[in-house]
Amino acid sequence: MAPSAGLSLKPQHFEEALASPADGVWFEVHPENYLVEGGPRLAWLEAIRARHPVALHGVALSLAAAARPDPGHLRRLGALVDRMQPALVSEHLAWSMWRGAYHPDLLPFPRTSEALARIADNVGRVQDALQRPIAIENPSHYLAIDGHEWDEIDFLAALARRTGCRLLLDVNNVFVSARNLGLSAEAYLDAFPGALVDEVHLAGHSADPALGPALLVDSHDAPVDPAVWALYERLIARIGARPTLIERDDNLPGFGALLAERERAQAVLRAPLQEAA
Amino acid sequence: MTGAHITRVTHAPGRLQRFQDGFARALLAEDCAAAGLAPEVARLAAQPAFAVYRNTVMKGCIDALQANYPSVARLVGEEWFRAAAAIYARANLPRHPTLADYGADFADFLAAFAPAADLPYLAGVARLDRFWTEAHTARDEAPPGVAAVARLAPGELARTVLRPHASARWAWFDAQPIVTIWRRNRYPEGADDGEIAWRGEGVLVVRPGAAVEHVELDAAACAFLEACSASRTLADAAAAALAVSAETDLARLMARLLDAGAFGHMDLLPHEPEECPR
Repeated sequence: MAPSAGLSLKPQHFEEALASPADGVWFEVHPENYLVEGGPRLAWLEAIRARHPVALHGVALSLAAAARPDPGHLRRLGALVDRMQPALVSEHLAWSMWRGAYHPDLLPFPRTSEALARIADNVGRVQDALQRPIAIENPSHYLAIDGHEWDEIDFLAALARRTGCRLLLDVNNVFVSARNLGLSAEAYLDAFPGALVDEVHLAGHSADPALGPALLVDSHDAPVDPAVWALYERLIARIGARPTLIERDDNLPGFGALLAERERAQAVLRAPLQEAA
Repeated sequence: MTGAHITRVTHAPGRLQRFQDGFARALLAEDCAAAGLAPEVARLAAQPAFAVYRNTVMKGCIDALQANYPSVARLVGEEWFRAAAAIYARANLPRHPTLADYGADFADFLAAFAPAADLPYLAGVARLDRFWTEAHTARDEAPPGVAAVARLAPGELARTVLRPHASARWAWFDAQPIVTIWRRNRYPEGADDGEIAWRGEGVLVVRPGAAVEHVELDAAACAFLEACSASRTLADAAAAALAVSAETDLARLMARLLDAGAFGHMDLLPHEPEECPR
């Protein structure tokens, strides 16, 4: 996929997305919402796919669980990938399925060598089933977890080395995690292996309703924060243009407002593209 | 012999598994301090930020239920609905991540839910919301044209098996006007707000094309569809409808069902073997 900017696609915006003439625009969806047997949702996604590149951004393969990915879920995901031929497939460094129950969130874990071996096995299984590499996203952190044996970037790089997977760098997650854990977002981004990055995510966050700005939540319910834009510009200046998504899941504005944010990312991407030309 | 090639087999759960068992328990515990968590997880659950995970998991479940049961939510109000949904979710986390399918047995939960005892129609309304979801996500299927059915000779018609459409769901509610209550809450814009006649009602919810539609059915029509779904012939289905109501106008019933897109696959059975000369 060309390194242009795309948008999360929600059913409320199907008509406008389908008709969007924006140059190089692409759309990303959570495949879990499309793992159905038929009906208008799938028909809409196929119509979008016929005009624009589509990326599938999974939230539920639960790669960091001490268990294999659910075979039924993986089979349905494989069928959707076959049908939609997405430009990119991505997932999270997190778990959510555990002992037959789905916890609709992206849950954390201690980055141990045991976890790395388990996740590498799971990523390998998914890539074998889908017959393509997937990109793994860096998580948002809220908790200080004891017993990490690995630094997160080293962990992601080792995962990529072992499995051939790619990485999805979510700049908002880096900002939120750095704030919550008292780390440097700049240092994290500067150390991230740019050659492995297939996609970048930008999203809005919000202060926790109970704890206030001391705890930022990766809520995807607001425009991208100015501080995150600054980090994004710094990243792209270092690693070059990458497909970039404006991610919005909640408190959905009109399609025009999202397109305007997308245009801003597109402008950042144009600078290194022009340099390369 | 050295031990170099012997793989040590251990049945002790790994650290990651123990972590996830504890974390999953802490997510749903009413009181984390009293849940007897392992120290590693207890230290996490004691951090104020742990509430982000607890809240996100519950909000994800409750939002999904509210999206899947909008008529129930409108009837009881958002606050009551979300409180009931939280009780359901705590005991019934989703079994898989396609949340459009979450809460398949929410109607049964409401039927047994003591605070809903004075709303005896609530479970029926939930059942119709579930019908809507199932119709919306069912396999696509082109209904047979009315003309294809009209072309059948009377003898062939009797031997035809018309299977209900892949998206078709129907129910007869003997004692309550569930369909009217459901319709007024599922499609509130412009809904008639006149007094509701307290009587039995039936409905077919189906998606013959792009949109989910519904038509009211009487008990005989529901019996007819029931026979069709058991792969019985139209002759048998007609007998089932007549057994419910001897006054059933079969031509009208068929026309209504065909017009609604109630049918999918059509089969013409061969003559009964005993009718064949040997």
